[in-house]
Amino acid sequence: MPRRILTGVRALGRRVDDAIWRLGFAARFLLMILLYSGTALRRFGLTVRQIYFSGVLSLIIILVSGLFVGMVLGLQGYDTLQRYGSEESLGVLVALSLVRELGPVVAGLLFASRAGSAITAEIGLMKATEQLSAMEMMAVNPLARVVAPRFWAGVISMPLLAAMFSAMGVFGGYLVGVMLIGVDEGSFWSQMQSSVDVREDILNGVIKSFVFGVAISLIAVFEGYDAEPTAEGVSGATTRTVVISSLAILGLDFILTAFMFRGT
Amino acid sequence: MVSSEPLVRVTDLSFAYDRRPVLSGINMAIPRGSVVAIMGGSGCGKTTTLRLIGGQLRPTSGQVRVAGQAVHDLDQDGLYALRRRMGMLFQFGALFTDMSVFDNVAFQIREHTDLPEEAIADLVLMKLNAVGLRGARHLMPSELSGGMARRVALARAIALDPMLMMYDEPFAGLDPISLGVVGQLIRRLNDALGASSIIVTHDIQESLQIVDYIYFLSEGRVVAEGTPAQIRASTDPWVHQFVWAEPDGPVPFHYPADTYRDVMLGPAHA
Amino acid sequence: MNRTILDLWVGFFVVAGIGALLFLAMKVGNLSSANLNDAYALHAQFDNIGGLKVRAPVKSAGVVIGRVSAIRFDERTYVAVVTMQIDGRYTFPRDTIAAILTSGLLGEQYIGFSVGGDPDMLAAGDVLKKTQSAVVLENLIGQFLFSKAAEGDSSAPAPQEKKP
Repeated sequence: MPRRILTGVRALGRRVDDAIWRLGFAARFLLMILLYSGTALRRFGLTVRQIYFSGVLSLIIILVSGLFVGMVLGLQGYDTLQRYGSEESLGVLVALSLVRELGPVVAGLLFASRAGSAITAEIGLMKATEQLSAMEMMAVNPLARVVAPRFWAGVISMPLLAAMFSAMGVFGGYLVGVMLIGVDEGSFWSQMQSSVDVREDILNGVIKSFVFGVAISLIAVFEGYDAEPTAEGVSGATTRTVVISSLAILGLDFILTAFMFRGT
Repeated sequence: MVSSEPLVRVTDLSFAYDRRPVLSGINMAIPRGSVVAIMGGSGCGKTTTLRLIGGQLRPTSGQVRVAGQAVHDLDQDGLYALRRRMGMLFQFGALFTDMSVFDNVAFQIREHTDLPEEAIADLVLMKLNAVGLRGARHLMPSELSGGMARRVALARAIALDPMLMMYDEPFAGLDPISLGVVGQLIRRLNDALGASSIIVTHDIQESLQIVDYIYFLSEGRVVAEGTPAQIRASTDPWVHQFVWAEPDGPVPFHYPADTYRDVMLGPAHA
Repeated sequence: MNRTILDLWVGFFVVAGIGALLFLAMKVGNLSSANLNDAYALHAQFDNIGGLKVRAPVKSAGVVIGRVSAIRFDERTYVAVVTMQIDGRYTFPRDTIAAILTSGLLGEQYIGFSVGGDPDMLAAGDVLKKTQSAVVLENLIGQFLFSKAAEGDSSAPAPQEKKP
């Protein structure tokens, strides 16, 4: 019995050790990407192309999800608020929930699943079919040509997608609250405007989505670049991107929220 | 003026991966203008040798000199400068799947030169013509057969007229016609470019027809070498088994195990 | 994918994203009141600031004319010193009273300016002489009970003992 516990502890220790080792590796990888970002910025066309694949192709899922989340907030929010006679604060509830939390977090999770996994699969597959090796042998640095543009495309796309998510959500809340249920339109907007602060709420939300963008993009390109060059390796890396990105988003969200919304 | 110094000189090269020795004390010389084959069974270190020459791996000990420079001593800029003069054909082509055939061949030219698009188009058409695929220039890699993909990759590798061409299993998985075509292309391009070529392969028949010299590797060492004529006439049992494709010999048929008799008549049957 | 169509979509994407950000900033948030033109500082001392927080609004006649920028405790006089940034477009007389008021019944607290008739105006860095501290609910209840007890004393027999 004790032996089995020991083996279990040892296995756990090794996994934690591996995870920490990978974290350090990923940090060094980030530094290398930043170093080799010159090409991605000078030949901006490469990055633009990646913004299309990561950002534009995620638009539909982001906009539709934002709309639905906003509509649900409208419904649930009204149900709770009318119990205290505060239906007119529906706008505040919807807007703050979206701008502070749901916009960056949900958009981040969706982006990680759609764009993050696609990036990992693509880079992993390029590694497995020796395309990255071929590029290296042709004296072109794959970090500069393949990895950095995808990284920056993710970093640029995330805040924009999160903002669009929040905007659609507010619209969804408006549709349900004002048009469907009948909350006063004037109070909806005026209460919202007096309670949502540009610096405190909106800017913090943008900062969050930027941080998430960096995290997701780094994880996605790292897992792809580090994948085992086999079918199982690429599939495992793709799964890891989604799982680790999601955990990272939620963890970072807690840390950032604790810093930003202290004492409010 | 042809220099007598070999283009590639490998001296006492050893390489170990995670303490597992892959190569031990390899010595090779690739004379300028020649086509040399490196042959051997699977897992004997042939591809590793190519990677060491190309600088993708660092030797554990020993030296690899290409055009007089020690590859492993170069910094990244130096290594990239050297690689611009090398061309490598990967096992299944390794074409960039998101670009057309034309863009694949044009890749190196666009990345490393400032030539205008018209000049690039001329060069690309020339290279594609040399491999017989000028008409396929607008196709995407997914639309090509194995043999065609291999030839496009070859055109891509020679885009900047390299002085050294390296081929990793160029004949693997090809039908007899494509095999013959690729073999002829390797020889003709080598002579036309005035380059030197290294072929890693286990296709003995095709190699004997086109190469100038052969090195045989087994378990990380050079066990035999010679010109095709010498190899054909060799009485070395290892070479003999390889050339005549004999199932048993120095490379045994059976994976090490107990004797069959003992297993079949052993305690289980007592 | 044609290169120019791609660029078009990316351009559209970026414009839409920035548009969403502007929408959020202006229609959802209160961008216009985030900047006060040529704000100047005024100070006020309170015995009790209650639940007043930094960035709480300063209103006069119900209109927001400034923000609380800092709150500190003066260890010599044991009072709270509140610093406010007031919109440069407005000046207030020297006998203005600063009171801490509550929006709604249990809402957040803000500072309200009640102007007097003094011809001299407050200058930047001045301290408001007259202030009214926040109403603390416990004191209010205590006051009420005490006044009720006093009332009962003068008109009727002994008051009810307050049960703890």
